Amino acid sequence: MRRIGWAIALAAAWLTPSAATAQAASAPAPAQTSAAAPAATPPAGTAQNPGKPDVGQPAIVPGSVGHMIPTPGIGEPDGRKGLQDQVNPIGREASTFHDNWLLPLCAVISIFVLGLLLWAMIRYRRSVNPTPSRNSHNTTIEVIWTLLPVLILVGIAIPSIRLLRHQYSPPPADLTVKVTGHQWYWSYEYPDNGVSFDSYMLKEKDDPTRQANQRYRTDADGPRLLAADQRIVIPAGKVVKFIVTADDVIHSFAVPAFWIKQDANPGQLRETWAKVDRPGVYFGQCSELCGARHAFMPIAVEVVPPAQFAAWVASKGGHMAGAAPAAPDSTASSPVSQSNIAAAAQPTPPAPAPGAAPAVQQPATAQNK
Amino acid sequence: MSTTADSLHLTPHEARDAEHHADHKPGFFTRWFMSTNHKDIGTLYLIFAIIAGVIGGSISGIMRWELMEPGIQVLNRAWPIGAGTANFDEWTHHWNVLITAHGLIMVFFTVMPAMMGGFGNWFVPLMIGAPDMAFPRMNNISFWLLVPSFLLLLGSTFVSGGTGLGAGTGWTLYAPLSTSGSSGPAVDMVIFSLHLAGAASILGAINFITTIFNMRAPGMTLHKMPLFVWSVLVTAFLLLLSLPVLAGAITMLLTDRNFGTTFFDASGGGNVVLYQHLFWFFGHPEVYIMIIPGFGMVSQIVATFSRKPVFGYLGMAYAMVSIGVIGFVVWAHHMFTTGMSVDEKMYFTAATMVIAVPTGVKIFSWIATMWGGSLTFETPMLFAIGFIFLFTVGGVTGVVLANGGVDNYFQDTYYVVAHFHYVLSLGAIFAIFGGFYYWFPKMSGRMYNELLGKLHFFIMFIGVNIVFFPMHFLGLDAMPRRIPDYTPAYAHWNYVSTIGYMITIAGVALFFVNLFWSLAAGKKASGNPWGEGATTLEWTLPSPPPFHQFSTLPRID
Repeated sequence: MRRIGWAIALAAAWLTPSAATAQAASAPAPAQTSAAAPAATPPAGTAQNPGKPDVGQPAIVPGSVGHMIPTPGIGEPDGRKGLQDQVNPIGREASTFHDNWLLPLCAVISIFVLGLLLWAMIRYRRSVNPTPSRNSHNTTIEVIWTLLPVLILVGIAIPSIRLLRHQYSPPPADLTVKVTGHQWYWSYEYPDNGVSFDSYMLKEKDDPTRQANQRYRTDADGPRLLAADQRIVIPAGKVVKFIVTADDVIHSFAVPAFWIKQDANPGQLRETWAKVDRPGVYFGQCSELCGARHAFMPIAVEVVPPAQFAAWVASKGGHMAGAAPAAPDSTASSPVSQSNIAAAAQPTPPAPAPGAAPAVQQPATAQNK
Repeated sequence: MSTTADSLHLTPHEARDAEHHADHKPGFFTRWFMSTNHKDIGTLYLIFAIIAGVIGGSISGIMRWELMEPGIQVLNRAWPIGAGTANFDEWTHHWNVLITAHGLIMVFFTVMPAMMGGFGNWFVPLMIGAPDMAFPRMNNISFWLLVPSFLLLLGSTFVSGGTGLGAGTGWTLYAPLSTSGSSGPAVDMVIFSLHLAGAASILGAINFITTIFNMRAPGMTLHKMPLFVWSVLVTAFLLLLSLPVLAGAITMLLTDRNFGTTFFDASGGGNVVLYQHLFWFFGHPEVYIMIIPGFGMVSQIVATFSRKPVFGYLGMAYAMVSIGVIGFVVWAHHMFTTGMSVDEKMYFTAATMVIAVPTGVKIFSWIATMWGGSLTFETPMLFAIGFIFLFTVGGVTGVVLANGGVDNYFQDTYYVVAHFHYVLSLGAIFAIFGGFYYWFPKMSGRMYNELLGKLHFFIMFIGVNIVFFPMHFLGLDAMPRRIPDYTPAYAHWNYVSTIGYMITIAGVALFFVNLFWSLAAGKKASGNPWGEGATTLEWTLPSPPPFHQFSTLPRID
């Protein structure tokens, strides 16, 4: 958030009006939602057109668990010129390694080479130095410029290998989430909790490919193309193990704010993990080309306090690990359920039409290819 | 003179003809379509690479236009590819076709033909004092295999690739997106295209290796060869050793697609990651195939315009050899997020960083070549200096990406796009432009326009940096690659990048103005227009060189 202001200023100062307008148009929207803290009031997105309720817009309670309002600038891109804020120890270690060591090193080496080039260009131009020297060997300097990079690389390799060791030493997992990539949505399963659901990108209200009964994105859901209809909800401060796979082509499960990215390989199970202390909403996108809608299968992770997590699991018809399984809930176990806890709390939830969710894949404008 | 004729067992008439008409050229069709002359074949390769480069560059223009603003505003228009479709999936599939075509065209049909086929054919025989390549007819088939190969790739965009027309798999053709994920003949055509291009390159590589090992002029030992010849030799070995692996991998794709094998399908005991190992065993040497001839050209140019011999010649030559060797054992750094063991990741992290050492030797040796020299800044020198700096920038981001732990963030983001365009679009392409301006007087017999050349350099230098530097910011903010639409936070730098593309196009337009104007009306070039710094053998010949040169082999002291 703190950098959006000058990004707008830069855009306005540097570029044509259209870019500045685009930036200005996008920036204020998240700014309206207050930073942090799930707000009880519905944000601008849901409040607009109050007299014209959309048939597909179930009454959700923004800020409730599963619908926490994202904090601008955390867990989502904001146009900055740096890494996203990291919210777990591995991410902080890696981003510190990058910001305090790799990036300055890149800058110093590039500027050093540029300086040498400029100096040589000025000092040894023909008008100043008409007679070239014939030197073509200097063993000392050749040894120096071979060994010095070796030392620098050793200096990079040590923290780099340490980072890898930390990434590959997860503490015992408190929770397991199985992530399956599909063309083009994600499905999530909590095998120890009896919870599973699919997660689709939320389309814009004016998107012609949105079905009338599909919920559209509001600013409370997150930024355009990043907001998902169902978020992964995980407890804060707990070690969460993600088992990642796919059922058609390769996808990649990525959450930049957690410093995790794991390809979802069909026919293989791969594992990554995160322990996130800060409650909040964190967005990622599929990061391996997976076909036509590769850009439209975001990942949304909501980190909540453990007590709220238990409530969320219960609302999904699941149970906490070790507890007795709850009675099967057809809504929660339905793989393409549009339900959420707010909808479930409603007396008359909108019927999750079985054909509705798969229709996400097929635009309304042209059903027949 | 008579030595060559005797050894070819010519009839007396032919021998006399060869003696008296060393510059006799065959008729148009025979000369250009049945050519066995290394210079003519080199010219054909250069023309081919320019045409392919214009197509590949235009595709990147469509992509930058689409990415200028969030939303889909270009892909939904009528294009030759997928024209008139109203289906959202076909629009976005069309995007994938564009990125696939851009990558394959630039790699296989622009950079490789320009560097190896074009400059390699033209100047390896001239620089080693040979009359021609070792296998002139094989040289011809190398070029003419490339033409149907390119037509297959272009043709693939007009047939079904599953979701829409064309192959939308990315240039890496990862299974299973390229097998079960893409029905229709488009991907098969791309596979055949790569088979042909690969066969052409293997034949070319055999030709270069044989020529360089057997046809050097008397006295030219390996350690006296110009560095450009060294670079072509190393590159030819990389081609010869890596391309068969690609051929095997894509043949397995082909049988998975059409004949029911399951090499890359877990349901039949296959493994999707196996394809990536095979592909990148080829793919990583491939990136050095695209840059090492550039190293050679930059070495020649810097030495020429510094009026000094190359600093640390042996170090430069063996740096290329070691980059080539190490380049074969680092491939899995392209696959850090596939889910490897920690030991694999540690090894590939360390091995990858080792490459920075010989690369650093080259950078510093170029600067040391300039050091103490008597520098002039003709267009080729500007491109060479631009190359050194921009390749350094692309190199240091490569060291960042070498860290397997860091790649959990950067893999498949725009940071990677920025990195490899700095080393390829700003590295390899700058080297090609530098080489083109450097050798244009030799090849055409006419000087290019120096003012237009310098304008081309400065406009393009500014333009490509505005295109690609902001991509670092997008990558740091985690924007994924290969997406036609993005969340509004990425709008600003994408807009800037597209402005940079427009500037670049203006620079490239000046190149074409210069090219055609100079071919038609440039002033005549002398045998050696660059003066005392140009010491390699091609400058001992007139410009353009005779149709057959070195009938009497030169002696190197």
